[in-house]
Amino acid sequence: MRSSRRQMLLATVLGWGAALLLFFPIFWMVLTSFKSEIAAIATPPQFLFAPTLESYAEVQERADYLHFALNSVLISVGGTLLALAFAIPAAYAMAFHPTARTRSTLLWMLSTKMLPPVGVLVPIYLLFRSLGILDTRSGLVVIYALMNLPIVVWMLFTFFKEVPGEILEAGRMDGARTGSEFWHLLLPLSVPGIASTALLSLILCWNEAFWSLNLTTSEAAPLTTFIASFSSPQGLFFAKLSAASTIAVAPILVFGWLSQRQLVRGLTFGAVK
Amino acid sequence: MATLQLRNLRKSYLAHEVIKGVDLEVADREFVVFVGPSGCGKSTLLRMIAGLEEITSGDLLIDGQRVNEVGPADRGLAMVFQSYALYPHMTVRDNMGFALRMAGVPKPERARKVAEAARILQLEPYLDRRPKELSGGQRQRVAIGRAIVRNPRIFLFDEPLSNLDAALRGQMRIELARLHEDLQATMIYVTHDQVEAMTLADKIVVLQAGRVEQVGSPLELYHHPANLFVAGFIGSPRMNLLEARVLGADGAGVMLEAAGARLTVPAGGASRPGAAVTLGIRPEALRPDPAGAFAGEVRLVERLGGLTLLHVTLVGGEAVVVQIEGSDPTPAHAPVRLGVEGAACHVFDAEGQALPALGRHPLAA
Ligand SMILES: Nc1ncnc2c1ncn2[C@@H]1O[C@H](COP(=O)(O)OP(=O)(O)O)[C@@H](O)[C@H]1O
Ligand SMILES: [Mg+2]
Repeated sequence: MRSSRRQMLLATVLGWGAALLLFFPIFWMVLTSFKSEIAAIATPPQFLFAPTLESYAEVQERADYLHFALNSVLISVGGTLLALAFAIPAAYAMAFHPTARTRSTLLWMLSTKMLPPVGVLVPIYLLFRSLGILDTRSGLVVIYALMNLPIVVWMLFTFFKEVPGEILEAGRMDGARTGSEFWHLLLPLSVPGIASTALLSLILCWNEAFWSLNLTTSEAAPLTTFIASFSSPQGLFFAKLSAASTIAVAPILVFGWLSQRQLVRGLTFGAVK
Repeated sequence: MATLQLRNLRKSYLAHEVIKGVDLEVADREFVVFVGPSGCGKSTLLRMIAGLEEITSGDLLIDGQRVNEVGPADRGLAMVFQSYALYPHMTVRDNMGFALRMAGVPKPERARKVAEAARILQLEPYLDRRPKELSGGQRQRVAIGRAIVRNPRIFLFDEPLSNLDAALRGQMRIELARLHEDLQATMIYVTHDQVEAMTLADKIVVLQAGRVEQVGSPLELYHHPANLFVAGFIGSPRMNLLEARVLGADGAGVMLEAAGARLTVPAGGASRPGAAVTLGIRPEALRPDPAGAFAGEVRLVERLGGLTLLHVTLVGGEAVVVQIEGSDPTPAHAPVRLGVEGAACHVFDAEGQALPALGRHPLAA
């Protein structure tokens, strides 16, 4: 009894500690965004200061936030939809018509995530240039979809695996062909899984910086590029950078907060029901 | 009209052969039961008929047409799964109407057919519920209803009652028998429960390790098992099996010696004197008889009221079970003599094959 209470206390303290540690940078970023540039670099750091909106005003003046935000939304949604369009049939085939090589195919797909993206930057860049899709939204949609495809297939595969095969077989006996089986049975039964997969993919796309920084300049640039444009080699920029970051991550933070139940389910790969 | 023929049907998973050449004819409106121990391939064989498992070799004919390559959706069969496999996101009504919807049947007709099936199965009050709001027995009915609505050529059942408790199982068994009579449909039914097999079947197919051991009517299998496996599998309590030696043979049958007793069994076949055979005696064929051929001691008495089971150890140490109608007074731990009619005995050769009986049981023509 005693020891279990002590364990509870320990777990609580550790949990809060980890949460605060993870949350602190975000908190500090938001705090800094309301400081003046001088206050932002003060040592020792200031917790008490006169809040100001001047950084936000300046960020608004220097760049068109809505343009970048719209790009982020379009590219994230587009990349996610494209990934789902390929991943759903792939996961369906692997979950319900597995062959001797299904497992290794899945592992191989995941292994592509182990390659550092910078390793293929030059070929991809040259490819994009020849195709004339540098700094286009469709170019980024394609690269985001490819980037997330392995993880999206994996997640959908595990969700589909949870659907009892006999239900689909019953559907086949009832005269359902592949299309109907999919629309009337598999899809309704795995909506929660597909939703959490899509959520995770949206968040990964939204926060992606490597490809967007390297493949876009202005036309198709999403919010991650917008943030980066506020870091400059000289002058005082911390408050402005923080303000830009805050308004860039705010939408996805709110989105994540609203959908956290779905997300937890997705991130545990369907292990908990 | 719906007949089914299996010709040398085989199924392998990689190098592992699971169904090893099955031949079978199923007549129109016949109720055929596949029975056998767990893992013998019953479900696999049924799923091959359904089209859910690919056929490795051999031919499957429905109404004389080869359908090996026809998909499950196009074979016109209905299947009831052990897990019921209801569509969890649909109401009972939609579950039962799904096949008709897939077939493009107009809504009013669909509603009429679902209502009809719901009436037969007493599911009317539950039509708007989802499967998870139903009891096991009700789910079972919905699964059957889903099959009935389609008016299929053949019904396939894979252990449909094994998830129900004993009382409900008995009740559903009777309902299935009635359903078969009402629908006049061809049915194939898989079970490992010999009571279901004996009570439901027109024809039983006994399977073991992917092979057919015997095909016949329930009483044919009971009174004329073709081999030791069928003899031991059909009947409860099990047939008593005693090691025996052939003394000789004549027109009246084979003379044997077993457990210190001599008897003549009316069976034919070439059996040389001295050959080792197995004598099979059903528990109800043995009875206490002061002039009986076997001597032993009663070890345990099970009194079931309508039946009495004596567990007897014979002088040679062999254990046998005796089943007596009514409440028998024989006490435990008493010496006893047991008598048997030679005509009620079975003889199996060293390979386990039954020697052909000289006479047939009147109900097992
Ligand atoms: N997909 C499969 N892959 C390999 N072996 C299988 C597969 N399905 C069934 N088997 C094997 O086939 C045999 C028969 O199985 P099954 O038809 O389910 O038996 P039953 O229904 O009579 O209990 C078993 O030995 C089982 O291990
Ligand atoms: Mg089975």
